Amino acid sequence: MEHTNQAGMSKESFEKLLEEVHKIGEEIMRPNARDVDANARFPQESIDAIKKLKLMGAYIPTELGGLGLNITQLARVCEALGQYCGSTAMIFAMHQIQVACAVNHGLSNEHFKNYLKKVASDSRLLASATTEMGIGGDLRQSICAVEQNGDSFTLTKNAPVISYGKQADDLFITSRRTPDSPANDQVHVVVSKEDYELEPSMAWDTMGFRGTCSEGFLVKSKGHIKQIIPAPFADILSQSMHPTSHILWGSLWLGIATDSVNMARAFVRDMMKKNPNAPQTAALRLAEVHSVLQLMRENVHGCAEHYQQLLSENNAEALDTFSFSVKINNLKISSSSLIIDIVSKSLLICGIAGYRNDTKYSLSRHLRDAYGASLMVNNDRIMNHNATLLHMHRGD
Amino acid sequence: MTVQKVREILEKNGRLSTPVTDLADDSDLYNAGLTSLATVGLMLALEDEFNIEIPDSMLGRKTFSSIQSIVDVVEQLTQKA
Repeated sequence: MEHTNQAGMSKESFEKLLEEVHKIGEEIMRPNARDVDANARFPQESIDAIKKLKLMGAYIPTELGGLGLNITQLARVCEALGQYCGSTAMIFAMHQIQVACAVNHGLSNEHFKNYLKKVASDSRLLASATTEMGIGGDLRQSICAVEQNGDSFTLTKNAPVISYGKQADDLFITSRRTPDSPANDQVHVVVSKEDYELEPSMAWDTMGFRGTCSEGFLVKSKGHIKQIIPAPFADILSQSMHPTSHILWGSLWLGIATDSVNMARAFVRDMMKKNPNAPQTAALRLAEVHSVLQLMRENVHGCAEHYQQLLSENNAEALDTFSFSVKINNLKISSSSLIIDIVSKSLLICGIAGYRNDTKYSLSRHLRDAYGASLMVNNDRIMNHNATLLHMHRGD
Repeated sequence: MTVQKVREILEKNGRLSTPVTDLADDSDLYNAGLTSLATVGLMLALEDEFNIEIPDSMLGRKTFSSIQSIVDVVEQLTQKA
């Protein structure tokens, strides 16, 4: 780890920032969320509003022109965004995961310092090409390889999914180090849109997270070898990409779950106003779902704080242990299951008003987004992984 | 001494795609085909052979990344005992 930016923004400034985030949420994100979802379109106006708050550089150190948030603050921003539009929050989270990889592992290199300055000043949008046709979802294997020629390289990857690939300014691509390298000797390469072409191969017409526009592409890219992040991808994954992904995803799922409980609460209150003598069944259900939401929130916040602690100690050894991987995997499994439970319970409370698409209590988008959580990096794959790792765990 | 034993254990339990005799002490075992499931068998065999218990803080990808790093951990733990 080269940089662990964990001092964060001052509490006061951060609270102000969070207020601004909620403001764009109410004024821009929520009013557009239904259209984004219905038409599976990129949430341009929401991303523009996020850029105005300089949030694309949220995790970039202040000396490079970023906001210098720490990981728990970044997670709180994802949680706030998730309350208004799941797709926008997911795009924001995926962008920040790439930023974290470059910040934590690229800063020994002058190129990446300048690159991150540009990301902050120009609000560049970063996307990720990790999965590959012919491999499935295993991030630790690649077929494609960097083909070096002098100081330059070419890299072609057949990626079944690149979220917001068309809208991104830069791509972070995993690949074998050389054409002779084994499948798991990988590097993380950053290419800019001037230097790649995307041939669309698969559309994105899904149940939820429709606005992420996660289409498939054949990527043909070129660049200078300084655009390869110096650290091995195995380290980037275990120390940065894996924990940051599950913490930020868990946070935005928590935002979606929070919004659904807020709607259920508003529904119960409306019902009480209309008929104070009605049976308290919905209120009882609200009490139940509220406790599950608290469980989810404390778990997400706790894992974020633990990761922040290890980062601030620059404790690469602890981040590389199997027990830390198990913990982060558990966060993914539990938060992606709890979001379904919470939104489903909220739907029971709102009843037919929640089931309809045309009421203020509609939970259709929330429920469809919720089911995506356990499938993006399939929970079965993660549980299989933990089943193996737990053989090497001494107990808590 | 330890190196030779570690190599034998790796040959039996590592399920590597490259023969252990072709590997240097600092060769990357993951590049040689070591999987996480094979790591479990390797760990159990090492603990058995050397009568040690590898603590959680040492159970990570780096420990099993080369013959040398396994030897280092084993020697550290057998000296303690």
